[in-house]
Amino acid sequence: MSVSARRALTGTLLLGALLLGAFAATSSAQARTITDSAGRVVEIPDEINTVFASGPPASILVYVLRPDVLSGWPRAIRPEEAPYIAAPYRDLPETGRLTGRGGDANLERVLEIKPDLVIDFGSVRDTYIDLADRVQRQTGIPYILVDGRFEATPAALRLVGAALGVPERGELLARDVEQTFARLDAILADTPEEERPRVYMARGPDGLETGLKGSINTEIIERAGGRNVADPGDGRRGLVQASIEQVMFSDPEVIVTWDRNFHAQVFHNPMWRGIEAVRAGRVYLSPTAPFGWIDRPPSLNRLMGLKWLAGLFYPEQWDADLREEARAFYRLYYHVDPTEEDLDRLLEWSEGTPPQ
Amino acid sequence: MSARTTGPQLTLGLVLGVLVLFLALGALTIGPFPLSPGQALAALFGAGDAQAQLVVQGIRLPRVVAALLVGAALAAAGASYQTLFRNPLVSPDILGVSAGAGLGAVIGIFLSMPVVAIQLFAFAGGLGAVLLVTVVAAAVRNTDRVLALVLTGVVIGALAGAATSLLKVLADPYDQLPAITFWLLGSLASTTPEDIWPALPAVLLGLVPLLLLRWRINVLALGDDEARALGVEAGRIRFIVIAAATLITASVTAVAGVVGWVGLVIPHIARMLVGPSFARLLPVSAVVGAGYLLVVDTLARTIAEVEVPLGILTAVIGAPFFIWLLASGRRGWS
Repeated sequence: MSVSARRALTGTLLLGALLLGAFAATSSAQARTITDSAGRVVEIPDEINTVFASGPPASILVYVLRPDVLSGWPRAIRPEEAPYIAAPYRDLPETGRLTGRGGDANLERVLEIKPDLVIDFGSVRDTYIDLADRVQRQTGIPYILVDGRFEATPAALRLVGAALGVPERGELLARDVEQTFARLDAILADTPEEERPRVYMARGPDGLETGLKGSINTEIIERAGGRNVADPGDGRRGLVQASIEQVMFSDPEVIVTWDRNFHAQVFHNPMWRGIEAVRAGRVYLSPTAPFGWIDRPPSLNRLMGLKWLAGLFYPEQWDADLREEARAFYRLYYHVDPTEEDLDRLLEWSEGTPPQ
Repeated sequence: MSARTTGPQLTLGLVLGVLVLFLALGALTIGPFPLSPGQALAALFGAGDAQAQLVVQGIRLPRVVAALLVGAALAAAGASYQTLFRNPLVSPDILGVSAGAGLGAVIGIFLSMPVVAIQLFAFAGGLGAVLLVTVVAAAVRNTDRVLALVLTGVVIGALAGAATSLLKVLADPYDQLPAITFWLLGSLASTTPEDIWPALPAVLLGLVPLLLLRWRINVLALGDDEARALGVEAGRIRFIVIAAATLITASVTAVAGVVGWVGLVIPHIARMLVGPSFARLLPVSAVVGAGYLLVVDTLARTIAEVEVPLGILTAVIGAPFFIWLLASGRRGWS
């Protein structure tokens, strides 16, 4: 082989290698398409390194699936919540909310974070579709909407698990949720509607704010096998103001709340004293660390509350130790190994003594 | 007041008073808890079972009393301000009392305080805002006193509103924000006897000087120079009226949240009944306001399965009425 021929061959090989390399490079940065819960087909990069969660529900969804891609919390983690969030992530910066009721995230800040993906977990109504499309057009960052209804949790875990490149973890958690739902459904199958506890969710400092039956804030009541007494019967939803007279009339057997002020005074309040739940001592305070057990925000954190409420509503049938359930849940979902003290604090809280 | 008109006026007053009393008794028999009117009235006087007594005495009665108190207070404060500023378009929050009370309550909710503290914050916020307005207005020189007050009130009110909005943005959207929203719309849904006992003396403390000084306040409506010619110290009277009306409005706002339109509209109705003289306008406004808010609050707790915020109803009823008032040219002002 002559020198020139060898050169030509080397050149060709080099060129080929370059071409191959270039091709490989393009294919690795190649986008995949994903269909979100709203039916929008969105192109997302193959490899996701940073995700911007548009609000609190989405931040929890991303955190449980893949905490290392979370760019920040919509609201900074408070000291009393910190022990329940894995160490590197509890100090993530505050990034604000992008949509919903009061977007306070600045689009330029979002761009500065350079996320590969924006995830919104919650309503998939037209307003949100429109907002997502607009942000996507304006920033060029793919934006996916994930249905936030409690019942759709397994689907959300699978969808976002796949999007974030952790389909196995998405599948694992989705199955865990399905198992929890199935355990409950087995109990509910034997419990006719009229035997299920009548439950009132007390919100606000005076306990007179509540969510109508089927509202995202109270759907956990039905899911855990309770009957929400705030049911106008015409399919309306949302948060409303109730009067104490209505609460009395509906005479709930169980009251759940996360408001410490309300819980601290309800047993001494003459207005509430006659209500069955108060007489029977069945006013339960939900812990809110790192996130609320029953709501606040309405995201995966509610699974812990689901187990807790199931044990409260059906103590005979729901065979589980709350402490171990909490330990397992915090381990699996929140990536932390809570100490015995951390668990004590949570359990005391769930028994009505919140940390001071 | 000439002797010739005293008779009819007195009769009118009595008729209005009796009417409000009947409305109050009627309201006690209405509510989501199923009680017949007879059972409700029996429970009011301590007959019937314990639950019925609790509903009527513990829930409906405080709420009815609160509605009467809040309506009377807001209407009286509105009448006082309209006379003081010689302007029929003035409402009790002209000097920023509602905006200040709103900000106080929102701070309380934002800090997750108990209800009593939220009410105290609201009360203090209302007083604080007006105090700030009077101090700033006094410091502004070379201008009409009344104008300075009104403009400063607008400014301080706007600042308090902005601070409220800022806290709404910072508040927890799943917890505090709905509570803030409901509070700012006004409601008597959670009224307990404990809410009324502190508010009642505060309102009386504001109403008594207004009633005692009603003739002098009337003179003030003629203008400062005329008042001085008649020996009325305009500045001092003005200060007393502002202090009293602020105390009244802040107390009831602390109990009921922000309820608009009552203090603006009711004095007009009272003027249609008895004319513009403040001496008659004040008591009639108070009685009519009490009856009006009682009716509105009874609607608020009965027309739907859930509570309708009071502020929404007073606006929905008050605004069209006010337009009609303007269109029909019934000033009742001259």
